[in-house]
Amino acid sequence: MDLDPVVLARLQFAFTISFHILFPAFTIGLAAWIAVLEGRWLFSGKDVYHTLSEFWTKVFAVSFGMGVVSGIVMSYQFGTNWSRFSDIGGNILGPLINYEVVTAFFLEATFLGILLFGRDRVPRWVHFLAACMVAFGTLLSAFWILSANSFMQTPAGYEVRDGRLFPTDWWQIVFNPSFPYRYFHMVMACFLTTSFVVAGISAWHLLKGRFQDHARIALSMALGLIAVLAPAQILVGDMTGLNTLEHQPAKLAAIEGHWETHRGAPLILFAWPDQEAEMNHFEISVPKLGSLILTHEWDGLIRGLKEIPPQDRPPVWPVFWSFRAMVGLGLVMLGVAAVSLWLRVRRRLYDTRWFLRLLVLTTPIGFLAVLFGWFTTEIGRQPWTVYGLLRTEQSISPAITGGGVLASLITFFITYAIIFTAGTYYIVRLFQRGPQGAVKPADPAAGRPKRPLSKADEELGRPPPRPQSRPAE
Amino acid sequence: MDFDLTLTFAGIAALAVFMYVLMDGFDLGVGILFPFAPGGDGDRDTMMNTVAPIWDGNETWLILGAAALFAGFPLAYSVLLPALYLPVLLMLIALIFRGVAFEFRFKADSSKYLWTTSFFVGSVAATFSQGIILGAFIQGFEVTGRDFTGSIWGWLSPFALMVGVAMVFGYALLGSCWLIWKTTGPLQDWCYRLAPKLLLAVLLFVGIVSLWTPLTNLDVRARWFTWPNILYLSPVPIITLAVAGLQYRAVRLRREGTPFVLAMLLFLLAYGGLAISLWPYIIPPSITIWEAASPPESQIFLLVGLVILIPTILAYTAFTYWVFRGKVRPGEGYHH
Repeated sequence: MDLDPVVLARLQFAFTISFHILFPAFTIGLAAWIAVLEGRWLFSGKDVYHTLSEFWTKVFAVSFGMGVVSGIVMSYQFGTNWSRFSDIGGNILGPLINYEVVTAFFLEATFLGILLFGRDRVPRWVHFLAACMVAFGTLLSAFWILSANSFMQTPAGYEVRDGRLFPTDWWQIVFNPSFPYRYFHMVMACFLTTSFVVAGISAWHLLKGRFQDHARIALSMALGLIAVLAPAQILVGDMTGLNTLEHQPAKLAAIEGHWETHRGAPLILFAWPDQEAEMNHFEISVPKLGSLILTHEWDGLIRGLKEIPPQDRPPVWPVFWSFRAMVGLGLVMLGVAAVSLWLRVRRRLYDTRWFLRLLVLTTPIGFLAVLFGWFTTEIGRQPWTVYGLLRTEQSISPAITGGGVLASLITFFITYAIIFTAGTYYIVRLFQRGPQGAVKPADPAAGRPKRPLSKADEELGRPPPRPQSRPAE
Repeated sequence: MDFDLTLTFAGIAALAVFMYVLMDGFDLGVGILFPFAPGGDGDRDTMMNTVAPIWDGNETWLILGAAALFAGFPLAYSVLLPALYLPVLLMLIALIFRGVAFEFRFKADSSKYLWTTSFFVGSVAATFSQGIILGAFIQGFEVTGRDFTGSIWGWLSPFALMVGVAMVFGYALLGSCWLIWKTTGPLQDWCYRLAPKLLLAVLLFVGIVSLWTPLTNLDVRARWFTWPNILYLSPVPIITLAVAGLQYRAVRLRREGTPFVLAMLLFLLAYGGLAISLWPYIIPPSITIWEAASPPESQIFLLVGLVILIPTILAYTAFTYWVFRGKVRPGEGYHH
């Protein structure tokens, strides 16, 4: 049987991580959004924040659940398919991931219980605190996992003994050269992703003439954040690119599509990179602009792929195009930000229908940008798992067979297809229902008939007997 | 200073795994009992609501177990997981179907039965695969150099399958005792009737494992049945029997929380017994915890944080359990 376990294991990792990242990309921003709404409710006492927060918390619960279960798969996959990688890198990556579990996962999972089920059981401020803890947990989680991933991109603070990595300086390991840039780039991407979802759903509600009060507040807040983050993200992205130029020249050359080393390099807008022929077909480029962007000089030196031995080059085509897709989506975001500012100044934000339709269209834009960004950085790291130290083909578990990996890949594929379909269906249904209690806030029973537990609630006919707002006794 | 860092770390990893077994044990147990609830979907809603606010935190101990192994004993992580490829795959898939059922089941209308099934089958399959993993672990692994070199089916044996079934009964016992504590009325009565039967089955399985392992494994036999070990270790089975007796009595007397506490104690004793049998191997029968350990610089870096963080985690976990204390009554619970 000529099933290559390395190819299949990579496919499995790419599939499971791509599926997984969609949920953190959404929930990191959503957790912060919910915490802000809870805070505004606590301090203003306006019910609209309360119902808005309840609405988005339901969406959060479904997304977070899928994020957790698909994340557990990741923490085991290092061992099952990539045991050599685990053995060689475990001394360094193990503690980083362990810190993610003990600082972030427990915080999120435990306080999520209070956030989802505890509203009637704890005082308002404790509930707000629980929302903050969940949000803080998601940011900590991103901190450690980005640190671990960045170590794989730009390793530092280690030494090699007996073919394995040993830590020498944990500060250098955690804050390795690419980590700060990549952390902020990712967290901002997550906030943008959530903002576009919130903006898109609110715009949809406005177009349908439903939940006006809620939709206006949510739309205004989301677009406000987009107006700040979309341009800021381009700046941070540029800094990330400069950092890549310094530490991962091969990846950067692939991103730019440069085969030759030269001064005053052009900026290649469009091309069809050909790995075999070591050249681009159908190239369209702007002279000198590449050097200007990357080195901030007209005649700056850019190293090309031909300086790197062929076996150490990443696959150029996917890196080149993923990057362009990401940047293109980023520019669309920038455009949305600019138009939103203009409409805001003219006080036409809530009734410019073409803009609202555009926002509905851009609802998933953040997810796509995140995926293309990760494709760029991860495929760009190839052929290494730990850049310059450990090759991908040497990271695989020696014991596994192509058949075994294929079987598990198919199983994951089917499972995720079912889960994703069901989850999307339930989330869309939540979006359709909108913020509960928005129609008739005076009568809490009015919004209930559609709710799964409403029957039981009505039969009960009385507030549940539980201690109210006295957790400190 | 004869402070053994690796031993400390093994203690932490063992604690994480044990916490997982206890905590996810009872909520998986609730899933195992799910379709048999006497009052149908109404009871199932209640059962699910007893664990809905806390299951996520419980399952995080499983990730800590994996992460502690990865950080403290990377060699064990990189040998055990390829060796247990298929049972781990089964466990992960089962946990996915079970985990999403919490959210999906309460959101579904006509398809609710699907997520009821998903919750039940996922709970049973996850538990069964954990039992298989434990069984395979007791039987040991084929290692050459730093790699697992056995077959992808190496874990498959009558013994491992038997431990898998035993685990289902064990978690069901934990689940029934948890429900005794958290519910009232006919559902609680049903659990009072069920718990003694499950207890009997668990004792039977513990007995079989306790006889099977020393009969087939010379090291285990030497550990338990040589003088003076037999003297020091004899309290383990004796206390186990005593705890089982106390538990039977507590259920008959319809105590509320005591059966759950005693069920946890039974698990602790069984876990301790296994630790005594396998000590000091982290990859039985050849690699010890010291041989698989990561270097002190890795362990110290992590230990500094864990000393503060694990008590903090335990504290806020306790806070959550305290917030959700008391009985869960029909119809209350899922309020979002």
